[in-house]
Amino acid sequence: MHAINYEAPKTVEDAVKLLAAHGEKARPICGGTDLIIQLRAGVRRPEYVVDIKNIAEMRRIAFSMQHGLRLGAAVPCIEIYENGDMRKYYPGLTEAAHLIGSLQIQSRASVGGNLCNGSPAADTTPALIALGAQARVVGPKGERMVPVEDFCTAPGRTVLQPGELLVEFHVPTPSPHSSDAYLRFIPRNEMDIAVVGVGASVTLELGEDRCTEARVALAAVGPTPIFVKEASQALVGKKLDDAAIERAAQLATAASSPIDDMRGTAEYRRHVVGVLTRRCLAKAAERAREATQSR
Amino acid sequence: MAKKTVVETILNGESIEFLCEPRQSLLEALRDVLELTGSKEGCLTGDCGACTVIVNGRALCSCLMLAVEAEGKTIETVEGLAPADGLHVLQQKFLEHASLQCGICTPGVLMSSKALLDHNPNPTEADIRYALAGNLCRCTGYDKIVKAVMDAAKSLSTRARAA
Amino acid sequence: MAASTNGHGYRVIGTRPVRHDGVDKVTGRAKYGADYAFPGMLFGRVLRSPYAHAVIKSINVKKALALPGVKAVVTADDLPELPDRMEAAGELPVNLAHLSQNILARRKVLYDGHAIAAVAATSPHIAEEALRLIEVDYEVLPPVMTVEDAMKPGAPILLPGLRNKEDGPDKQTNVASHIQFKRGDVAEAFKSADYVVEREFKTAMVHQGYIEPHNAVGIYNADGHATIYCSTQGTFVVRSLSALVLGMPEGKIKAVPAEIGGGFGGKTTIYLEPLSVLLSKKTGHPVKLTMNRAEVLRATGPTSGSTIRCKLACGKDGKLIAAEIRMAYEAGAFPGSPVGAGAMTIVAPYNIPNLLIDAYDVVVNRPKTAAYRAPGASNAAYASETIIDELAEKCGIDPCDFRIMNGAKEGTAQTAGPPYKRIGFIETLEAIKNSPHYKSKLEGANRGRGVASGFWFNVGLQSSAMVNIHTDGTASVVIGSVDIGGTRAAQAMIAAEVLGLDINDVRPLVADTDSIGHTDVTGGSRTAFATGWAVYEASQDAVRQLKERAAKLWEKKPEEVAFNNGELSAQGDGLKPMTVKDMAPRLARTGGPITGRATVNARSVGPAFATTCVDVEVDPDTGKVQILRATCSQDVGKAIHPAYVEGQMQGGTAQGIGWALNEEYFYDEKGILRNSGLLDYRMPTCLDLPQIETAIVEVPTPGHPLGIRGVGEVSIVPPPAAVANAIYHAVGVRMTELPMSPPRLLKAILKKHGGAESQAAAAGR
Repeated sequence: MHAINYEAPKTVEDAVKLLAAHGEKARPICGGTDLIIQLRAGVRRPEYVVDIKNIAEMRRIAFSMQHGLRLGAAVPCIEIYENGDMRKYYPGLTEAAHLIGSLQIQSRASVGGNLCNGSPAADTTPALIALGAQARVVGPKGERMVPVEDFCTAPGRTVLQPGELLVEFHVPTPSPHSSDAYLRFIPRNEMDIAVVGVGASVTLELGEDRCTEARVALAAVGPTPIFVKEASQALVGKKLDDAAIERAAQLATAASSPIDDMRGTAEYRRHVVGVLTRRCLAKAAERAREATQSR
Repeated sequence: MAKKTVVETILNGESIEFLCEPRQSLLEALRDVLELTGSKEGCLTGDCGACTVIVNGRALCSCLMLAVEAEGKTIETVEGLAPADGLHVLQQKFLEHASLQCGICTPGVLMSSKALLDHNPNPTEADIRYALAGNLCRCTGYDKIVKAVMDAAKSLSTRARAA
Repeated sequence: MAASTNGHGYRVIGTRPVRHDGVDKVTGRAKYGADYAFPGMLFGRVLRSPYAHAVIKSINVKKALALPGVKAVVTADDLPELPDRMEAAGELPVNLAHLSQNILARRKVLYDGHAIAAVAATSPHIAEEALRLIEVDYEVLPPVMTVEDAMKPGAPILLPGLRNKEDGPDKQTNVASHIQFKRGDVAEAFKSADYVVEREFKTAMVHQGYIEPHNAVGIYNADGHATIYCSTQGTFVVRSLSALVLGMPEGKIKAVPAEIGGGFGGKTTIYLEPLSVLLSKKTGHPVKLTMNRAEVLRATGPTSGSTIRCKLACGKDGKLIAAEIRMAYEAGAFPGSPVGAGAMTIVAPYNIPNLLIDAYDVVVNRPKTAAYRAPGASNAAYASETIIDELAEKCGIDPCDFRIMNGAKEGTAQTAGPPYKRIGFIETLEAIKNSPHYKSKLEGANRGRGVASGFWFNVGLQSSAMVNIHTDGTASVVIGSVDIGGTRAAQAMIAAEVLGLDINDVRPLVADTDSIGHTDVTGGSRTAFATGWAVYEASQDAVRQLKERAAKLWEKKPEEVAFNNGELSAQGDGLKPMTVKDMAPRLARTGGPITGRATVNARSVGPAFATTCVDVEVDPDTGKVQILRATCSQDVGKAIHPAYVEGQMQGGTAQGIGWALNEEYFYDEKGILRNSGLLDYRMPTCLDLPQIETAIVEVPTPGHPLGIRGVGEVSIVPPPAAVANAIYHAVGVRMTELPMSPPRLLKAILKKHGGAESQAAAAGR
């Protein structure tokens, strides 16, 4: 690895000052599960590595029925899985966090880091998009909220400008009759990057099984994570039966633009998008129905 | 280039200090600075788990943590697993069940297993396999490893009940 | 049952003591090659080619040398240029030029990752940064990546000096050799057969996947002697090959075996060892070199990908009649694929009267292949054992029974070599048939059961052993066989058995090349067999000497002294029997210390057979395969330490499953390896495998004092075919390409169902 300087600010303000001062020469480090590998490979060569794990605001999980979820960008995935509110109210996002790598990786990797790394295959990103999550970004010029589906611009690139820091996610309170799910396809049972990932959330009209809200998002089948707007349009107002789910699956497949690579062929991925979208919507719907009863 | 940093940490129950460059990983600090070579390098990408140590109660890959991040933390490595006299139950069961062949993955597997049993004293076989998914073993096919961890869990809970 | 030392059952052999190196390994105390540190030690790193095929026009190391902390940079110019000819190194014939050029490239680079230069510096980070400062000017050439492309007329030539017998002395070629085995008349036989199945198979290049990367610490002393500490399967190979590369006398190099973190054949040759000595010589310091994972995958010795066309025929009654096989294996950048072994193992478990096998060793721009657990055999068995499954189905015969009917027995002809002596192939099939696994019903959609068998010759070769009797009556056993899987415990058990000692009173020691006589590699399933034989004989030598000493004490002749159940005794009044412990304090006055010694060049090897049964469940919508259950049965002759024998069977099965499902090398069109990490080189994790059941069969090897048959390798041979057969029985598709990864399997499933994706989509869930 090239020589680096290490800083560990305790507040968002200090972190932003450091990042703004050094610009492209600085990179935040959170879990390090992507960055340290990149530093070793010489893919990124920042002079300053800014450790943001000591910033309390970025490490908290705060949920309330009024405000919904404030999920710190630096919360390690394992803490998401261990949090009762996360498991109850956002099971899809939670299972996405619990799928990343091994337990060792989950002890370190964060949802914020996953998003900022800008990989189209990031598991938690479709789950966030399905929930309608927004990213709160703080920079030298102030704050802004970015819908997660707009965050990644190209493989490895995001909307973050020099000096900006992703601080936390705002996720709306789930309606009483809604839930989410995340499914991914990998060739082994763990430790693989998603070949295809699908996140979905649905809201059902009480007693009717009619969909009032639906969001579907995809991982690993385009240059960025994909929000399948057309699927929302096709599902809202419809009964969530096999035909509707099938339609959504076809739209998801059509929205995907996968490539051939060593993890799968484009043809294969297109097929699996359909399969997983079907399964994921069915799972989200089943949870939504149960939530109607249990919450 | 940044000069070396002094890092204060609690390692295997002892307060210690060591000197390291910011670019050194915790694994390098353990092996090259502190001469604790029990944690092994297998891949440097977090895919094999041979470098697994426990930090603040969590198993993680020490190759993906900077040594400077150890400041103020509590670290357990395989060198600290056994009590002063004898072996930890996990170590004992690994020997009885012949759960190691070349032994290179063993320290990492032991630490992941300890972290598992610390959090979940009664794991099912599926729980164990999931917890060890990040520890690659190429020699054993994992069979005798899983059996040893199950046996260790049983043994520890028998002891806990007796105590 | 094998003859025991005293006519009764064994006392120690066959039990499961805790291994002697166990505590060191579970506490992190055991020293592997990368764990060594010496005062003043420098750190080395290797610069590697970013191209698959190129001419090296120039190398400029000035800037690298100028980086503070860098102490030396070496290239092929710092090594003697070795001629393009074969020479015996130990027992192995090696091509000197190829050996040397694989250590550091000379004039050409032949694969992505080919070593070009090495640096020694005061920290590994500085050494790494120094590599970036070495300037190499390349003339890039088109790469040749597959055997098909390499064999086409007009293909780019890798080695201008390579010739094969058939094409003659004037034709440049990428085909290093062509071997043929023939028996009977296949053409006639096929005409008369009731069932003929012919398929073409492809298998991908795979790596042994040991968790420990290669390492070497070299210390060159001013007196011209060098010591190499390294993780290796063969210290004597390290010594002889390093001596050749460095142009040093073999006797001036001592190779010290560190503990080794896996080898499976991949550590039976050299990569870093001579470089560590060379850099130490140049700097006057010890130099440690280690590889990172990317280097291990790019630039060590994976095993061959292959193309195999296999045609088998049988009668309606299930009797195999003929086999015609054409197989081409990737050798990598230099000749030496295991295609010969593949040819000799491919239908070896069966009695087939008509046989024609053509085998081709082909160079391609990939790393030079090295041995991987029964090298060449798994590729071959994938082809033959799936076709056997098809034939069995056509005949309506159970797959185990089909194999039993055709199975090789004592007296059956081998493909090459004398007829089999007593072997245990049929017994492994019967063990599978009688296993709880095979007897259980497999129920559920998309689930299937597959069986396959495999063969491996095993080797004998040379081993040395010494048994020292200490003054307290305990013993140490000194051997040269590196312990990669628990064999040192087995060696101690053999000595303990012969000497009548408790296993905890015998200490095994794996020694360096000066401290023990020549011992060939830990590989070829030979350690328990040949080194065990040497330890047995060395222990018997110690017993002979003990008898002489007792005779002296008792004023008897040595032939009047018996040794039974660990006791020396003789007829006569007042002659109390003595154990080794009783004799030990009396050694000094009866002649001095006792060291038993023996060397063997083991010729009468016991070949090994395995049969594996696998249950799978296939997700027909994604092509993903789950292994539900696996059982391996293997004839091991005599299981010295059954737990470690089971471990070998389980480990080989796991590797075979990885080979079957997801392991493969991905090269892009430029010949660059895309998956040089363990994220995308996908080996099975703990969550990918079920418990692996074992059924040990013991049919003793004739001629071996303990009946031992080599254990380590053959279990890797059946699984790829067993999984393929299980997939067929689950979803009705015959896979002919390895690995049977989800994209490939799904494609085959969709093709079978008419190829309409929407059809499958509608049916899928």
